[in-house]
Parts: sequence; C-alpha cells; structure tokens
Amino acid sequence: MSLIQMHNLRKDFTVRVKAGRFRREKRIVPAVNGVNLTFERGEMAGYIGPNGAGKSTTLKMLTGVLTPSSGDVRVCGLQPVPQRTKLALQIGVVFGQRSQLWWDLPLRDSFSLLRHIYRVPADAHAGRLKRCRELLDLDDFMDTPVRQLSLGQRMRGELTAALLHGPSVLFLDEPTIGLDVVSKQAVRSFLAELGQGGDLTLVLTTHDLADIERLCRRLVVIDHGSVVHDGTIEALHARYGSHRRLVVDLDVPLPEGFAVPGAELLSVEADRHRATFELVTTQVGAVVSELTALRDLSVVEPDIEDVVAKLYRA
Amino acid sequence: MDGLDARVRWISAGGWVRNSVTTFGALSWSGFRRYSTYRQATIAGAFTNTVFGFLRCYVLLAVVAGAGGSAPGGYRPDQLATFVWVGQGLLTVVALWGWTELSDRIRSGDITADLLRPVHPVIGFLAPDLGRAGHAMLFRFLPPLAVGALFFDLYVPGRPCTIPLFALSILFATVGSLAIRYLVNATAYWLHDARGPMTLWTLSSGVLAGLSFPLRFLPDWLAITLWIATPFPGLLQTPLDVLIERDPPPRQLALVALQAVWATSLLVLAVLVQRRAERRLVAHCG
Amino acid sequence: MNAKTKELLGAYLALLRGQVHSLTSYRASFAVELFSNLGGTTLDVLTVLVVFRATRSVAGFSLIEGLLMVSLSSLGFAMADFAVGNIDRLKNYVRTGTMDAVLVRPLAALPQLLLMDLPLRKALRLVVSGAVLVVALRSNDIVWTPSRVVLLVLAPVAGAVFFSSIFVLSASLTFWWIDSGELGSSFTYGGRDFTAYPVPVYAGWFRAVFAYAMGFGFVAYQPALALLGRADPLGLPSWAGFLSPLVAVVAAFFAAVVWRAGIRHYRSTGS
Ligand SMILES: Nc1ncnc2c1ncn2[C@@H]1O[C@H](COP(=O)(O)OP(=O)(O)OP(=O)(O)O)[C@@H](O)[C@H]1O
Ligand SMILES: [Mg+2]
Repeated sequence: MSLIQMHNLRKDFTVRVKAGRFRREKRIVPAVNGVNLTFERGEMAGYIGPNGAGKSTTLKMLTGVLTPSSGDVRVCGLQPVPQRTKLALQIGVVFGQRSQLWWDLPLRDSFSLLRHIYRVPADAHAGRLKRCRELLDLDDFMDTPVRQLSLGQRMRGELTAALLHGPSVLFLDEPTIGLDVVSKQAVRSFLAELGQGGDLTLVLTTHDLADIERLCRRLVVIDHGSVVHDGTIEALHARYGSHRRLVVDLDVPLPEGFAVPGAELLSVEADRHRATFELVTTQVGAVVSELTALRDLSVVEPDIEDVVAKLYRA
Repeated sequence: MDGLDARVRWISAGGWVRNSVTTFGALSWSGFRRYSTYRQATIAGAFTNTVFGFLRCYVLLAVVAGAGGSAPGGYRPDQLATFVWVGQGLLTVVALWGWTELSDRIRSGDITADLLRPVHPVIGFLAPDLGRAGHAMLFRFLPPLAVGALFFDLYVPGRPCTIPLFALSILFATVGSLAIRYLVNATAYWLHDARGPMTLWTLSSGVLAGLSFPLRFLPDWLAITLWIATPFPGLLQTPLDVLIERDPPPRQLALVALQAVWATSLLVLAVLVQRRAERRLVAHCG
Repeated sequence: MNAKTKELLGAYLALLRGQVHSLTSYRASFAVELFSNLGGTTLDVLTVLVVFRATRSVAGFSLIEGLLMVSLSSLGFAMADFAVGNIDRLKNYVRTGTMDAVLVRPLAALPQLLLMDLPLRKALRLVVSGAVLVVALRSNDIVWTPSRVVLLVLAPVAGAVFFSSIFVLSASLTFWWIDSGELGSSFTYGGRDFTAYPVPVYAGWFRAVFAYAMGFGFVAYQPALALLGRADPLGLPSWAGFLSPLVAVVAAFFAAVVWRAGIRHYRSTGS
C-alpha cells in the first residue's frame, strides 16, 4: 500500500469579498480541486506550482492541520485529522514561513523539549541530533534563543526539529525560502543525504527549481488546485519539446545551407564563426561529424525554469 | 531629537502651523480609516459593551432600590442608568484598555523607523488616536447607548452648556488616556516588555476611573483625593458626571478644567519620557 | 498508571518546563504581574464592598450574604482562569496561523495551548478568593449539615468547571468568527460579574438568558442560598443549589463538542 494516498481531495475556502461600497459577497475558492496522487515509501517528490496553486493547502491536509472539504487522504495508513496526534509521531513537518520552535528558548532547549513531546528515547534522540549538528553546522548557535537566529540558521533548526523523532515522511513547505546560496546548498545536500537510505519519503514544495533538480526524481505540478503534470523531470522536458542545445565555434565560416537531419539551426553569429543547434532528434556526434575546423563546443541543458514557466502559462 | 525647541524655530518660518495642522489632520484621518476596516471587531466590541451595560445597570439600579429613598452617591436612578450606558460607550472612545502598539514596536525594534519621521513620536501616536476616538464615537459609543435608551429610562441633560462641556471633556479624557497609555507602553524601553505595567494599568484604571462603580460611592475624602491627585477620574467619571449634571455648572466647569490640567501635564511628561528613552536608545545602539 | 500515560504526562510536563525557562527572560515584568493579579482580585471584592456601602441591601440581600456569593463566584472563576484562562490567546494563534504548529505535534491541542504560558502569576488570585470565602462563611450564621458541607466543597469546583467551559466556548468562537475580538469576554468576565451579585438584581429576559438558559445562576447564587438556608425569592426550590455540579457537567460536555468541531473548522492562513 502506498504511504501517502489522496483520492479526489478537495478544499474549498469561503471568503467574503467586497462587492461595492457596503455589500459583501460570499465566494468559494477551490484551493485544492480534486487531487488524486499517491507517493510510495522512499520516494522524493517535488510538489510545485505557481503562487496560490494550493500546495500549502494540500500539505496542511496531509498533516492534519486542515480538514478536507471532501475526498480521502491517508498518510502512513492513518486519517490525518481524526488520528492527528498518532500521525504526528510518524511525520516531520517544516512550514518555511512559520516557526515551530520556541521563540524565547535556545535551540538546545527546544530540541530537548521536542524529545519529551515526541517521547523519543534519549539515545536515539542524541544520535539524530549529533548527525544533524554535523551536517547542518548547528554548533555555533545551539545556545542562541530562536528569536535571535537569522532566517537561515532558524531554518536549519526547524529541519532538525522536524527530524529528531525519526519520522518516516517529511513534508517541507518552502524550506529554502530566503536562504543564501551556501545555506541552500547545505540544506539540499543534507536532504539528499537523508534520502540516500531510501526509507524517508519526502514531499517538498519550493519555488526554487534547483531544489527539485538536485533532490527529486518525481515532479508534481499543480495549478489552480489541480494536478497538471506528474512524472519525471525528463518527461516534463519531453512533453514541452525542450531539447538540448549545441553551440559550436568554428575556425572557418559555417558553409551556406549547412544542415543535419534531426538538428535545427537556431542562430549563426560572429561572421558565421559560431552556430547554435537545437538537438531535436539527433545527438551531438551527428552534428560534429559534419563540421570541419571545429574549434570549441558546448552543450546547454534545457532550462527547467523555462519549461515550468511554459507550463504555468499554459 | 529636540522636538520642542525645533518647533519654536519653525513657527517663525511661517506656514509651519498650516503644514502641521494638515499633517495632524491626515494622521488623524488615517486612524479613523484604520479602525473602520476592523468592522467585525467593532460589532463584536459593541455587543460586549452592551452586555456589560446590562450587567452594571441592573446592579446600580438595585443599589438605588435598596437604598430606600436616599440617593446613593447623590444620583437618581435615571442618572445612574445613563452613567452606566454612556460609560460603556466612552470606554472605547477613551480606549482605556488594550493599546499595546507602542510597546510592541519597541519590542520588535520598529520604533526606530518612527524616530526617523519628521513628526514627534508622541504626536505621531496622538493624532491617529484622536481619529480612532472619532470612529469609536460613531460606532462604539452610539450603539450601546441606543440599546440602553431602549430598555432603561435615561437622563436627558437640561442645561445648554452641558453638551459642549461634555464634548470638551471627552477630548481631554482621550488625550489624557493616550498620554497615560503612552507612558505605560514606554516602560518597554526599560523593561523590554510592558506586560507587567500594562496589567497594573488595566486593573487599576477600571476601578479608579469610575467604570466599576461611580467614584461618588466612595467616602468624600477618598473621592476628592482621587480626583485631584490622580488622573484616573478624568478618564471616565468626569465626562459622565458632566453629562448627567451631577454638579452645579461652576463645579462642572471646574472638573473639566482639572481634566485639562491633567491631560496637558501627562502629555508633557510623555514627551519628556520619550526624550529620555531616545537618549538611552542612542547610547545603546552606538 | 501505565507506561504510555506516564510518557504522555512527561511530555506535558516538559512543555511546562519550557515555559518556566522562557519566563525567566522577563523576570521584572513577571513580578509586577504577580502583584497586580493580587491587586485585581482584591479590587473585585472591594467593588462589591463599595457597592453595598452605598445602600442597605441589594435585592434584599445583606452585605455578608452578598460576600458569600461573590466569594463563591470569584473562587470558581479564579480556578478556571488559572487552569484555562490562557485559552483567550487562541484568537491570536488562529489569526496568525501559528495554530498550525500546535496541530502538527503529537499532543492534544487544548492542553498544548494551555501550557504555552505558565499562569503562575494568577495563583495569588486563588489565595485571595479563598480567604474571602472563609471570611464570608464565618460572618454568616450557617447551620452546618453534612449536605451543606458537601455543597461547600462541590460548589467552587463546579464553578471552576463551569467557568472553564465558558472560557473554552468563548475562545472556540474564533474558529468560526476570526474577528470576534472581545466578544468572548461578554461571557467569561461578563459571567463572572453576573455571578458576583444575587440573581434577583437582574430582570426580564436578560436574567432568564444569563441565569437559567446559560446557567450562571447556578454558579454562586443558588449554592449560596442553599448554604444560607434562604428561600429563593424567584421561586426555585432549595435543592436547586445542588444542581450546580450537574450544570457544570453539561457545560463541559457542550464545550468539548464545540471545541472539537472548532478544531475541524480551523482554516489556517494562506502560506
Ligand atoms: N485560510 C485561508 N482562507 C482563505 N483562503 C485561503 C486560505 N489559505 C489559502 N487560501 C487560498 O487558497 C489558495 C491556495 O493557497 P495556498 O496557500 O495553498 O497556495 P500555495 O500553492 O501554497 O501558494 P504559494 O506558492 O504562494 O505559497 C489561494 O487562492 C489562497 O488565497
Ligand atoms: Mg505556500
């Protein structure tokens, strides 16, 4: 049985909007609009979509914070809302925009509090904490009250807090938001390392697609509350017809009428000394073997941001 | 930093008065606008005031009934009913409770942004507060009063000077209350957190301002001492006594004058405290 | 006690310990608050004294009889406030969405919220209310019977349970109406003020709603009548005072149902 199952999952929010000077109208916002998804044990999945797509809402329903309007959810075989406290022992959650640590307490104290709250045996707790401290470099600020931590430091603390009870599923909602390049890399390689074991299931939302490229095999794209893509990143590229590009620098000008089947000539620059091809159905070798006086070449991978932007706009 | 001195210089520069009146007006209007967006909270608050109006009114009427002919505190039943219902309305106008904006800004450090503005912080909080009071006059003062009038006999003032005096008295009460709230909040500059002083203020203000019972129920010496030595009666009891014409006109006038003295002194004190706090802030930040 | 319960208790204790730690960072303020809570209760009692000073009797009750009612009410309220008074912060948690963090932890939401802040500063109120009750009991001529002794123990506890339920109910309002602001205090603090005076003080539909429909009449007034052996001027039989535990249980049941429904109705905030 899959670890996470969603069947026709819906969440409608009723909001009152101003209609005219004094009137207010009720309007239903379908934040999540019939989502069917399953995630297997050990899967690392990216859950992305434009702003307001319903990502956070989905994660809140999976963690028992929000009650679905209709549909079924199962996480670790449990129903998130009715069995909320039971489920909480098996999952780790980070809402990037929101702290779960104790504002006035040093990280160290927050962590030991969590040990009691999650009823974790002391040695297991110590082991996990040691690992997190090493991988996330927490030692410098273990004794600083959370309110004095920088965003990146706090986020590393939040990740640790979510992992100390050894959850089998990790839900991360924008864990890299506002982090600098170095902290982002630290968080990513930490998560990659966690994923190595193959036991941890990860559902990650983010607006930084590099997180996904680095961590996730599977990519789910949601828009206006509905799933619009579910598959590998390659499948997404294939679907939107984005291909690798080959840029060549030549010692002699490219001959007029040069053509290779399966490769499209996109542009010619520098007095015909540089050319760019899109490799539609063929490979680099096929083009290069046709060229004379090749000085240098580079292959540009298709940009995932472009593809996703195309998808969001569609 | 030296706001007061600088202002004296600016007056001679002409146009300053007009400018600052415009600024003050704009700030007040912003206070009014801001509170008109809290529509649901306003409804909830007016409801709460109404419930407490019923509670207090019944109790005081029972007091009169039990007094057997004598007038407790010198009030007739309709005067007491008015005292309660207008008091419930005024409570939000003078905003006795719940204002922690300044201490919140001090705690979060946002206050430094206010110090950079060309408006003295005390004025920067006073002007919107008057706008807020204006909003409360319309939406928090009138509804409980209307309900009170529906269910109880209320006192209708007879003297022509009473209503203008009442209006003036409300203004002084609001200014005085803001000044005290400012001082209470400003303790956060030193204490890091104004929770303690705030609780103290919330508790004492209700009783000492005449919300729990009319201060005239107290022995005379105590009531008079409170009136002269503390600013509390000026926050609620004075405007109410003025409205229900508890005293003859000269004493009405004197009470309002006393209120004015207290409001001005407190405002000046707030400015002084603010200056001390700013020095401290400068010394700490470098 | 089995191992699991023990573990759970340990978890709650740990939460409480965390609060003691964060408290120490605001020590000066804490001292002032402690002191002012003491003052607050004293003022509540003084208010009643002042009101009775202005008159001979209130609705036919003398000062010492009134004192018995106010002390029963304030002891019950003080216990409830001590135990669950913190719940009034729920509206901030709901408004800002911090309730999310509470809901992803493996503990029940209500105790977590209550333990988010240690109400030690409210403990002094209990002492004051208790002392006033003792004074009131000694100054009234009460003919002690076994059933009255039982009632004396039950009434404050029932009052505490009742007020706790009112606290929880008022706070739950915020799940449906986020901007309900001070509305809840009409029933918590309003209820306390209502029960501080004899019910015949009030009249008409207002009395019917507060005293009987909502049950506030059974917190202090009816038990006080039963203790004093006075007939109810409003005509309820003398055993009505013994209904107070029953009323409290009904209120608690109602509060539990509404609270559960409220948690399910929680809608978080966009993030
Ligand atoms: N508590 C709420 N009340 C009303 N509407 C809400 C609430 N929370 C979310 N919404 C609405 O539901 C929709 C989905 O919101 P959600 O927070 O799930 O988006 P998201 O995919 O996480 O977006 P982002 O990338 O901006 O974080 C939005 O239209 C939002 O306005
Ligand atoms: Mg989001």
